[in-house]
Amino acid sequence: MSEKINISLKVWRQNRGEEGRFEVYQASEIDTDASFLEMMDIVNEQLTLNGVEPIAFEHDCREGICGCCGTLVNGKTHGSHERTTLCQLHMRKFKNNDQIVIEPFRAKPFKVIKDLIVDRNGLDAIISEGGYISVKTGNAPEAATTPIQREFAEAAMDAAQCIGCGACVAACPNGSAMLFTAAKVSQYALLPQGHPERTRRAKDMVKKMDELGFGNCSNEYECSVACPKGIDVKNIARLNREFIKASLGK
Amino acid sequence: MKLDSKIPDGPMAEKWTNHKFNVKLVNPSNKRKYEVIVVGTGLAGASAAATMAELGYKVQNFTYSDSPRRAHSIAAQGGINAAKNYPNDGDSVYRLFYDTVKGGDFRSREANVYRLAEVSNAIIDHCVAQGIPFAREYGGYLDNRSFGGAQVSRTFYARGQTGQQLLLGAYGALQKEVKKGGVVMHTRSEVIDVVVIDGQARGIISRNLVTGELTRHVADAVVLATGGYSNVFFLSTNAMYCNASAAWRAYKKGAAFANPCYTQIHPTCIPIHGEYQSKLTLMSESLRNDGRIWVPKKVGDKRPANEIPEDERDYYLERKYPSFGNLVPRDLASRNAKQVCDEGRGVGSTGQAVYLDFAEAIERLGRDNIEAKYGNLFEMYNRITDEDPYTTPMRIYPALHYTMGGLWVDYNLMTTLPGLYAIGEVNFSDHGANRLGASALMQGVADGYFILPNTINDYLASADLPKVEADHPAMLEAEQAAEKKLAKLLAINGSRTVDDFHRELGQLLWENCGMSRNEQDLKKALERIPQIREAFWKDVNVPGSAADLNQALEKANRVADFMEFAELMVRDALNRTESCGGHFRTESQTDEGEALRDDEDFTYVAAWEFQGDDQEPVLHKEELVFEEVKLTQRSYK
Repeated sequence: MSEKINISLKVWRQNRGEEGRFEVYQASEIDTDASFLEMMDIVNEQLTLNGVEPIAFEHDCREGICGCCGTLVNGKTHGSHERTTLCQLHMRKFKNNDQIVIEPFRAKPFKVIKDLIVDRNGLDAIISEGGYISVKTGNAPEAATTPIQREFAEAAMDAAQCIGCGACVAACPNGSAMLFTAAKVSQYALLPQGHPERTRRAKDMVKKMDELGFGNCSNEYECSVACPKGIDVKNIARLNREFIKASLGK
Repeated sequence: MKLDSKIPDGPMAEKWTNHKFNVKLVNPSNKRKYEVIVVGTGLAGASAAATMAELGYKVQNFTYSDSPRRAHSIAAQGGINAAKNYPNDGDSVYRLFYDTVKGGDFRSREANVYRLAEVSNAIIDHCVAQGIPFAREYGGYLDNRSFGGAQVSRTFYARGQTGQQLLLGAYGALQKEVKKGGVVMHTRSEVIDVVVIDGQARGIISRNLVTGELTRHVADAVVLATGGYSNVFFLSTNAMYCNASAAWRAYKKGAAFANPCYTQIHPTCIPIHGEYQSKLTLMSESLRNDGRIWVPKKVGDKRPANEIPEDERDYYLERKYPSFGNLVPRDLASRNAKQVCDEGRGVGSTGQAVYLDFAEAIERLGRDNIEAKYGNLFEMYNRITDEDPYTTPMRIYPALHYTMGGLWVDYNLMTTLPGLYAIGEVNFSDHGANRLGASALMQGVADGYFILPNTINDYLASADLPKVEADHPAMLEAEQAAEKKLAKLLAINGSRTVDDFHRELGQLLWENCGMSRNEQDLKKALERIPQIREAFWKDVNVPGSAADLNQALEKANRVADFMEFAELMVRDALNRTESCGGHFRTESQTDEGEALRDDEDFTYVAAWEFQGDDQEPVLHKEELVFEEVKLTQRSYK
């Protein structure tokens, strides 16, 4: 059964071009069946009526698939519950009188835009360098022409589940986007359609990642723990193989 | 306004091929001289923008999200239909066409639906070539599953994330063109208005959502791929930002709005659990294969489910529809759930829910089997409700999910405003009064990859398109109007939040223009909406500034449009005194409680033309002619 709890929020507030700061707000009489973002909605309604500008945070689908939401909750991406985005986290995971610290994702390439919203355009820029198969509309052969071993199709799907939320980057002590990049490179390395461009893809995507200031991978594996879709670090191993092969000119 | 559907002559199966031959083409080297604005980066928008850039057009693409990959197509679960006939079960282009027309309760345009079925196979070819990891069998070939409204297996899927995978494919194609320079991407940019110059759509006003800056963009054609209007109801399965604003502005600039009363309500969603609820979550239709739907026989029975003995339960769908049972179509399942809840037999703390019970299936098939089939859905349910559906029946309730109505388009997907196109859910043409499962993805990508890029050339090659500048008086005027409207919203400084008004509007619509509708309720809503709108403009509180990232202002501007759009939707529902598909008028039903169409009086598309803010819109009728499919009454007893 649900109950009502009171929570104290310590929230990062930051305007464009200004230094950030923490502000403390009370979330009163929150139903434990409410989602974390619904709790934020309630706080924002209160702030609005009290003449305080509401907390800006990114969100959209609220069912864990669009990849918009994500903040640090008590220092952990998405609050760190297994395979759970922030929008799927519910208040029953908290206790009465808890204090929750809410901050934006912290990573060098993710600049704060406002309050909890950060700029994740770097992830799109990495995809632009080869996170696709260059097939023009109209080029495709009949779909059943090439059978694909089921295990490979399934492994490609495992990698393709990435929602691009950036939690892997924020959880990594180096701010690396290796898991994000590896997931895309793996998807196409596992499928025959992806092979013609595999060399260029691995090299160009990694190059862009470096250029944008994402860090290197030092095998901390924090990314995989943080990933709300459970994307496996073995994809990073696959990216490394693809990258080495590409560097050797094969 | 005259509605000219431009349906090509000739036999149904040859119309599209002939049409592609007959339209005017733009020479490859001339394509780069044309600039096209695409609004939206969902399946339809991303696929259209990418494909037109591949052809050589200069494309400007706009999204309010931080990345094109966030669009709500990403949340589609089930799959995408195509007439491949891989299972060898008798499928064909004609059968997919027939099922779609029938599923739409004979209120769609035959020629458009036939074309949709015709291009469906090319979609699968293209998506496989893009590396979309569709489910495969052990032999390595593509797997299919079945969906409602069809007796063949024609649905391709990527686990429960087909929309995500298709969208990421289209997004990849888009990023490929962004890199090449064919598409200029504007993220965090919301379209505030469509600009018409000399009777042609020639540009847009957009707002940079980070800085608040308004900008003017001119083009030779404007394509809206902005999705549906389910969020007018406040609570729906749509993402929070989904809105009707671009379509509504287009309507106010001269594009007819067709069949706004056609809305689809999905029967299996997780019920509302509190006043703070922000959105609803869908539980896949596939659950009805094994779950049994029931409520207590007694009114007001508040005992927990496991304390209600078998003979005191009412498996109402199995009782009323013995041959289809729990697998009746979406509209019927939804209406019956509402009916039992209205009788006071609903379950859960709110009484607005029915049970979906897997106990019998678990006993028959074993828990492991059920877990293998529905594990991810059970997990999602558990995460939201904290209940274990393996031991306690799920509670479900219908919710708004998709809107079949939209901007009226001709065969070329052009609206009644020359140079303005509408693709994907924002147009009206293919699903009639009810959409079948796994057909939304099909239509979105069909429009974007294969149809629009083959029809827009006809307009660009033949229209007189003099060069216009971004400081054209019409552009400046639209920009000033937008600025004024935003300033007005900020200046009200009232006592209620935007959400508070939106919730009030949504509840009114849900109660009076939701699952079932009648003259009295609709008239009541029609009277009430202007009052809520007036209160909104007097008493809403929008904090912050227009020169900043301001989510409350964004929302207020969208809700202001919903306040106007709602009235048109209700007016259309009032006009259509027949029942058809998702539009159920209680005055028009068969003895079995099924939607009773009135083919004599209503075999038409209702296209509404804007006349001014305080004027009643004018209704134009596009008569629907059925050459191929015979009109019949659906029955599921």
